Amino acid sequence: MIKVLRLAARNLARYWRRTLLTSGLIILGIVAVLLFVSVSGSFKSVMIGQITDSMMGHLQIHRKGYVASIDNLPLNLNMKPKMVEKVEQALEAIPEIAAWSPRLKFGAMFSNFTETTSIRLNGIVPEREAAAMPDLAKRLVAGDLANGLVERGKLLIPELLAKGMKVKPGDTVVLVATNRDGSVNGQTFVVQGVLEGVSGPGGRDGYLHMDDARALLRMDTDEVNEIAVRLKDIDRLDRVTARLRSELEGFVNQQGKAMIDVHAWDQLSPFANIARMIDLLDLFIRIMLVGIVLIAIMNVMIMAVYERIREIGTIAAIGTPPRRILALFVSEGFLLGLVGTVIGTVVSLGLIYALNLWPVHFNFGRQQDLVLVPSIAATDVLLIGAIVILVAVIASLQPAWKAARMDPISALRHV
Amino acid sequence: MSLVAATDLGKTYRAGDVDVTALRGLNFSIEPGAFVAFVGPSGSGKSTLLNLIGCLDKPSNGHLSVLDTDVASLGRRAAAEFRGSHIGFIFQDFNLIPVLSAYENIEYPLLMVQDWPAQKRRARVNELLDAVGMADQAGKRPDQLSGGQKQRVAVARALATHPKLVLADEPTANLDHDTAYRVLDLMKQMRDEFGTSFVFSTHDPKIMGAAEITFGLEDGRLTNNGGRS
Repeated sequence: MIKVLRLAARNLARYWRRTLLTSGLIILGIVAVLLFVSVSGSFKSVMIGQITDSMMGHLQIHRKGYVASIDNLPLNLNMKPKMVEKVEQALEAIPEIAAWSPRLKFGAMFSNFTETTSIRLNGIVPEREAAAMPDLAKRLVAGDLANGLVERGKLLIPELLAKGMKVKPGDTVVLVATNRDGSVNGQTFVVQGVLEGVSGPGGRDGYLHMDDARALLRMDTDEVNEIAVRLKDIDRLDRVTARLRSELEGFVNQQGKAMIDVHAWDQLSPFANIARMIDLLDLFIRIMLVGIVLIAIMNVMIMAVYERIREIGTIAAIGTPPRRILALFVSEGFLLGLVGTVIGTVVSLGLIYALNLWPVHFNFGRQQDLVLVPSIAATDVLLIGAIVILVAVIASLQPAWKAARMDPISALRHV
Repeated sequence: MSLVAATDLGKTYRAGDVDVTALRGLNFSIEPGAFVAFVGPSGSGKSTLLNLIGCLDKPSNGHLSVLDTDVASLGRRAAAEFRGSHIGFIFQDFNLIPVLSAYENIEYPLLMVQDWPAQKRRARVNELLDAVGMADQAGKRPDQLSGGQKQRVAVARALATHPKLVLADEPTANLDHDTAYRVLDLMKQMRDEFGTSFVFSTHDPKIMGAAEITFGLEDGRLTNNGGRS
């Protein structure tokens, strides 16, 4: 096989301009795909990291029906203490779970004494929220953190609201909320900090201490309406979600219907659709690469066979077995694919390294100065390389077959 | 035992809608160690006959055996194997592989057709390079060689696998007379040295004198039955 490969390499060197052009096309395709995969992967992981690590968690647990009416932030679909206890028992039993944070979400009126607007709030246990949302603290653009996040009697409010209502840390504001029974209660709070807005649901919510939330809502039981869960490894999301669902499906109402819903982040955030679109683009660009390699190699191999008909006739006449002639031309296609893959991969890795040395900053929606840190998994590099080489071999099969089946007499007569 | 034996050998081609008879009722035999020429004008059937003897084609009628093998019975793969084992070829246009040096062209059949081990291969190629007087040109590629040198390399390549028979279709057609005679002398010398039979075709009456046995061909028929030159 080595001798066939050596001869194939020499034939490629003979038509070096064509070889260069075809390899160049393959290199370009590989660079485009690897760069796209690494940059889009980096964009996805930055965005998903921000969504899951600073507001949503990797998955969320609600009472059945809560997510369908989450825009209204209903208080009549809270999880009762017994239900919360059952959920926490299930969470404790799963070793892949790093932390979870119970939340009491509700809507309220926010007043700076001259103007009033609406606000979405999360009652949280600060230490537990900080453990489950490690990047929430990084969103602080003004003020201080305490107890991991927020002190009693104080508020963390979204940046847009702070600007719109012209309030800053240290200012006193009033929250007015309607409780489950329809009665209204108001309390004063001090603004402790201002949080940067993040795209997606919950990205412009305010935070207050769980005890303050319950007091404002005149709630005398330890009810919550959301539990945000953080995993040790996001790659285990599907497995943990499935396990949690099966653990909690036994929690049913009197009619025997399940009472608890478990949703992964991608079922709750619209960014999941963008992520899916990126995956689709990723697939299309890979298909384009296959097309480029297929056409380029097939074209060059058909030309090679056509130009070397007499040579094929000669080697066939002197007794070269047809399978060896086939192997010779397939080897040329293989080498073209291999050279293109190796150079393309080296160039791509160099460019990815350069993008890490000089990172690209970008804005997405209201999020400013996000940093792209492209990286690519070895499995992706190997898979794309293997696809290109395989397609190169497949593309050269037809011309190689034609060469191997050529009638020596006609081939020797060819002018 | 004859090296080549033809009985009532015929070959008809289909060219479009017309049947073209290239060879008609040939009867001849060639003995081992012979130096034979088939002589005739263009279109007389020389190349067709050499293609049949070289197992590149099959007779339409009659019988042809080469080394006691019925040519008609060989399938595509078996014919390639038979050629690789027993027959060497020399072509009018030399047909050397352009990317290979003289050395590598001679080595090609040993490497790609017969899988000889490296040491044995090296010894055989060097022996042939010496025999055809091309040892000092071994590293040159075909485009760096003259016509005569190319044909010397082609002769050496044809002899590389110790074939019983070498077929040469118009081996001197692209050479000047002096060079043509030198190539024919070389072929004869190789026959004497290695015992290989040479069968060649030519349309040049001056060249036919170099053959020991001459068959005349005209319109697909033999005009003589192997006269000694």
